[in-house]
Amino acid sequence: MTAHTKGSGTTWVGRAIRRLEDPALVTGQGRFTADLPAAHWVRFVRSATAAGKIVKISAPDGAHVVTAADLKHVKPIRPMLHKFNYVPVAQPILADGVVRFVGECIAACVAASEAEAEDLADRVEVTIDDTAPLVDARDALADGAPRVHAEAAGNVIVEGKVKTPDFDAVWRGAHKIVKVDARSRRQNATPMEARAGHAAYDAATRRITFTCTTQMPHLMRTAIADLLGFPESDLRVIAPDVGGGFGQKMSLAAEYVVLVWLARKHKSSFAWTEDRRENLIAGFHSRDQHVTLEGAFDKNGKLVALNAAVVANIGAYSCFPTTCGVEPLMAMAEMPGPYDVRHYACRARGVITNTCPMAPYRGVSRPVITFVLERLMEKAAAAFGIDPIDLRRRNLIDKFPYTSATGLVYDEASYKQTMEMAVEHIGLPAFRARQKQARAQGQHLGIGFAAFSERTGYGSPAFAARGMEITPGWETVILSVDPSGFVEARIGSSPHGQGLRTTLAQIIADEIGIEPQLIKVIHGDTDRAPYGWGTFASRSLVISGGATLIAARKIRAKLIKIASHMLEADADDIVLEAGSAKVAGTDRTITIAKLAREAYHQTHRFKGEIEPGLTETGTYDPPGTFSNACHVAVVEVDVETGRVRIEKFLVAEDAGRIINPMIADGQVHGGVAQGIGNALLEEIIYDETGNILSSTLADYLPPTAHEIPPIELHHIETHTEASITKAKGLGEGGAIGAPAAVINAINDALSPFGVSIDEMPATPQRIRAALRQAEKAA
Amino acid sequence: MTEKTGITLTINGRDHAIRVEPRRTLADAIREDCGQTGTHIGCEHGICGACTVIVDGEPVRSCLMFAVQAAGKIIRTVEGLADGDRLHPMQEAFMQHHGLQCGFCTPGFLMLAVGVLEREPNISDDDLLDVLSSNLCRCTGYQNIVKAVRAAAAEMRGK
Repeated sequence: MTAHTKGSGTTWVGRAIRRLEDPALVTGQGRFTADLPAAHWVRFVRSATAAGKIVKISAPDGAHVVTAADLKHVKPIRPMLHKFNYVPVAQPILADGVVRFVGECIAACVAASEAEAEDLADRVEVTIDDTAPLVDARDALADGAPRVHAEAAGNVIVEGKVKTPDFDAVWRGAHKIVKVDARSRRQNATPMEARAGHAAYDAATRRITFTCTTQMPHLMRTAIADLLGFPESDLRVIAPDVGGGFGQKMSLAAEYVVLVWLARKHKSSFAWTEDRRENLIAGFHSRDQHVTLEGAFDKNGKLVALNAAVVANIGAYSCFPTTCGVEPLMAMAEMPGPYDVRHYACRARGVITNTCPMAPYRGVSRPVITFVLERLMEKAAAAFGIDPIDLRRRNLIDKFPYTSATGLVYDEASYKQTMEMAVEHIGLPAFRARQKQARAQGQHLGIGFAAFSERTGYGSPAFAARGMEITPGWETVILSVDPSGFVEARIGSSPHGQGLRTTLAQIIADEIGIEPQLIKVIHGDTDRAPYGWGTFASRSLVISGGATLIAARKIRAKLIKIASHMLEADADDIVLEAGSAKVAGTDRTITIAKLAREAYHQTHRFKGEIEPGLTETGTYDPPGTFSNACHVAVVEVDVETGRVRIEKFLVAEDAGRIINPMIADGQVHGGVAQGIGNALLEEIIYDETGNILSSTLADYLPPTAHEIPPIELHHIETHTEASITKAKGLGEGGAIGAPAAVINAINDALSPFGVSIDEMPATPQRIRAALRQAEKAA
Repeated sequence: MTEKTGITLTINGRDHAIRVEPRRTLADAIREDCGQTGTHIGCEHGICGACTVIVDGEPVRSCLMFAVQAAGKIIRTVEGLADGDRLHPMQEAFMQHHGLQCGFCTPGFLMLAVGVLEREPNISDDDLLDVLSSNLCRCTGYQNIVKAVRAAAAEMRGK
């Protein structure tokens, strides 16, 4: 059912209107955390050693240097899961006697300017008694490996296991077993704005206002108030303009706790702006996984069973609020992806090491599982001697609702249709002809496909299934029309580039007949916005959008009720459009501003039938939905240098109803670019001592405009009952499919050489190493 | 800390008399001493280009220039792009073509593109892509930045 404004010829949903966010941002009027002045600046002394005992910290006399000894009454960060053999390890706010990764905060140096704080930090001497670090997860799993945390035996702090009944029998009876051993190296989400925090004490209210670059302002308030032991009501958290997050800014930074502690203790303002090196070494990492995946197929190429082993290197501590379970447990739950397979076994472990902690990054695990699964499809197709597209056709889910082997319910989607659409638009037969010709001339072109599902917009039951002590899911929106007729939606989501101020306004506009440009969406301020979970997991348009629609329908109903009183007409005949209520088929009309005025100032007219005011709340906690897409990459590999050039990239995607096509396309573009970076360029590299070799943007390489080809997009809109706006989320999809498509394309290009690239990023060095090895073997 | 030097920075036609240490970068001076926070700092090592401003007609990374080096030069930042309420064609094009998402890299891209197109209005598409690859954006995948800059280039040439 559509919910467009009754009688209105035009609707706002579905239109590519300009973003309401933009005028401030293109004129330099945006307000980011680091723009705030502060009385005191903080620089953190960080561990240069991956593992060891702190013997001594010496600071210059009289300098303002805070260490763990000062924070005895501050609780450590100890996120909690109640399932999957989770071992709750504690992260002290400042290293307390022991350091566990390079970049861990040891001391906070306070001075009147950033430069002076940095000078001071250089003069703080830390003596550490080094111990042997564990850098690779497989080393941490080895017998006799030292423990990173005394309480975590074997260094495994979370372990999920699943095995469906009859798995063994089906496995034994399979016609063919195909195996992929894959490695996804470590990455950093690298938002262009690194992290920053600013804590200021207000003498009048004795409250702290903490401004920070976060995706989850309310969760920051909860966490910091809990750790410092004071009421949340004494802490206001503001997420002003936030310069990208991609998951990295979901997690609590220990640095933030220090800032609020300082502001409370000294009744002043304290700020910290992370520099790029700090961000690259200590600003949360992601994706560091070994995955072994075996698929059992019947004689027709139908996948009958999957067996997965996931080892996720989760770093030295568990991140708040999701915990380090987020990567391995999502891999376990969603590994079968878009494929129908009835029998499934998986063991997924989160392994603690002496490296920077992991946090969610766009796609969370799914870029890795899609890469592994799509490598499996390609290898299986080769083993059967059939076209990989055809193999996928035999296995993609096409009956809905579909309940997966792990119990997830897939709502209606278009796995096959998007793949066929991609095959058609890329012109596969013509490409194969061109590829053959090029090969004859020593030029190596390849094409790679990736079909995937993107679970989005899931509510609290999905998170509860993971055993999370803090169970996110729902969102609340408070929608008000003020007496002058202006509309304000206060939301618990916390967008930072996704354009939610525009898309939510479009949803409201269609319900209440006021143009979106007159609607303000307020977010990122715990004093103004209702408690909510912020923006992550492609959820905001689905969940906050749904809550917005619920609130807007209530406002609409009330406006119609008031209008029917005022216009003396039947409520069913009232139409809301272009800022007015009208009686259909007549010229009787009244402005919505006038109705709002009545709702506040003339309530006596409604004889108690209508509550005063014009504010309504919507809360939405949906079951979850699945977006889907098929990505195609066309690449050329220079076999002499190992360089990969992406010639073309195509996406056929289905994210349900598109609220603003321009914004939706932008989300896909950005995700694909990150996926390409993940596939080819981006790698946090540790040496064997646990030091990071890629601590500048000259070493850690997000793609530039040069590396990203034109991206061609095609859309299908499957309207699902699992989302009341019919919108599915799409924030992460680009990043989920692109790595697999690119790696498959490289392998296709290199097929004459008998190599298999199953590691990402597929850097020139790795491609050359694989080619050299193949040459040697030949 | 070393001794501060008095300099005057001319930003968007306005003189700012400030006292800075010799080591103070132009980016920090613009933001903190002159209060023009539209210029953003993304890496402080000259890779990301978020801090790009125009100095004497050339786009420069203000994190790689000392404030004292910019004394007496004409500095333009994002705050000075619009002509009163009338936005620069580049600003309009970024909004029209969705050339920004979080907006953090945007001031740097705007100044880079404007600086280059003022110097080289007939720059080829390939060369323009080359120039735009000097800055980093993490949100847009560059698709709409390239589109916006090409549209603005055509508009600027038309004047």
